[in-house]
Amino acid sequence: MSAFAVLAQQPVIPDFGTGSKCETENHTFCAGWVADHWSDTLQPALLQHIKLAVIAVAIGFVLAFAAALVAYRYRRADQPIGLLSDFLYTIPSLALFQLLVPLTGLTVTTVEVALVSYTLLILYRNILEGLKGVPADVREAARGMGLSRLQSLVRVELPLAVPSIMAGVRIATVSTISIATIAAFVIPEGLGRPIYIGITQDIFKTEIIAAGGLAILLALAADALLVMLGRALTPWRNA
Amino acid sequence: MIRVLADTFSWGTFPDAIRFIIDHPGLLWHKSVQHLELSGAAIGIALLLALPLGIVLGHLGRGSFVAISVSNLGRALPSLVLIAFALLVSQHFFVNNMLALVVLGVPPILTNAYFGIEGVDRNIVEAARGMGMSGRDILWRIEFPLALPLIIAGIRIAAVFIIATATIAAIAGGGGLGDIIVNQATYRLAGVVGASLVVSLIAFGVAFLLTLTRKLLTRSYVSAD
Repeated sequence: MSAFAVLAQQPVIPDFGTGSKCETENHTFCAGWVADHWSDTLQPALLQHIKLAVIAVAIGFVLAFAAALVAYRYRRADQPIGLLSDFLYTIPSLALFQLLVPLTGLTVTTVEVALVSYTLLILYRNILEGLKGVPADVREAARGMGLSRLQSLVRVELPLAVPSIMAGVRIATVSTISIATIAAFVIPEGLGRPIYIGITQDIFKTEIIAAGGLAILLALAADALLVMLGRALTPWRNA
Repeated sequence: MIRVLADTFSWGTFPDAIRFIIDHPGLLWHKSVQHLELSGAAIGIALLLALPLGIVLGHLGRGSFVAISVSNLGRALPSLVLIAFALLVSQHFFVNNMLALVVLGVPPILTNAYFGIEGVDRNIVEAARGMGMSGRDILWRIEFPLALPLIIAGIRIAAVFIIATATIAAIAGGGGLGDIIVNQATYRLAGVVGASLVVSLIAFGVAFLLTLTRKLLTRSYVSAD
């Protein structure tokens, strides 16, 4: 028997390697795949995703906080800052990532710049509205007690603005976790990566459901954590 | 996903991108029309589902829990995940993407309609009732016009979301401008950036039109705007 005849006896269907029946037949959800690939695919993607989101919200918060303080002190700055963040917010996320690529390349910087721009509008508005929402007579009382402008801001106005600020941080965090999945179009990081691979490689259902589910759970968990943080920061509201 | 190494990252890409737009008007027009068809269908269906529900619930003052949960849950659903999950439900390439986009568009429209109507000053509603207006009259002649700015703001958010996500739908066979953006191997970075510019312009255009609509519809009674 020639070598060719031996080859012909091999199955014509390609060998899918060690995948289980569930995986090769692409059933709806294969728990075995998740267990096998948790440590090499899902867990790293989850950790990268958290890192991308935390950095973006932290930088976005610092920038938005500074901008909001400027707009609070100099009311005239409100409109231009508001328009700029509104403008950034309207750019579709995938387009913004790609528009940054010529400038910063296929790097984490590209992703972070885009993610930060999306947090700005939400955080800026909420911080500023929180500060503006402090009743005038409370401010008057603080000044009357001899507090300087800075003391009044730090000890009276900012604490009263915390609920509005935290509402902004919640929305910004959840949105950032959501948009960070798009980062996979630019860099091989975050939970978007396994989802992208799941879609483009013959719609591998298990990977899509596992990674997509993780992204949703991460957003909900972050939201719940921030609600608790908000309560801890404003103990006087729980009484 | 495949990046062509020959593409260099520099400011020079932007003139190249503009040249790509000028050189390929037919392609970009065709993809823009596809993009708007998908987005338009999704916005239309999302409006049909969410607007009546939000308005009725807001008028009755019931279901604030539903409105808040829908909006929170909607935000926690990443657009890429929605596109991917819709692929599991249907692999008809227009239906699956439209399904995902509708789910994305419903929360902002529903929540804004609900809180717009529900948030109308109760004194005004009481006064209208005192003047003998029926519930239906109060809804259409008092609550709806006063809620209109918020309702249109919700539609604007939904429209911008949907147009942005229709770009991503390209990887799930959605067509549209995303086809160019996710295919750098064919269109080079200049094409990718050019198509990104076009889709941004479309998003701005739609957002601007909706803001204009709000201003025209409400200028007679909203003075501070």
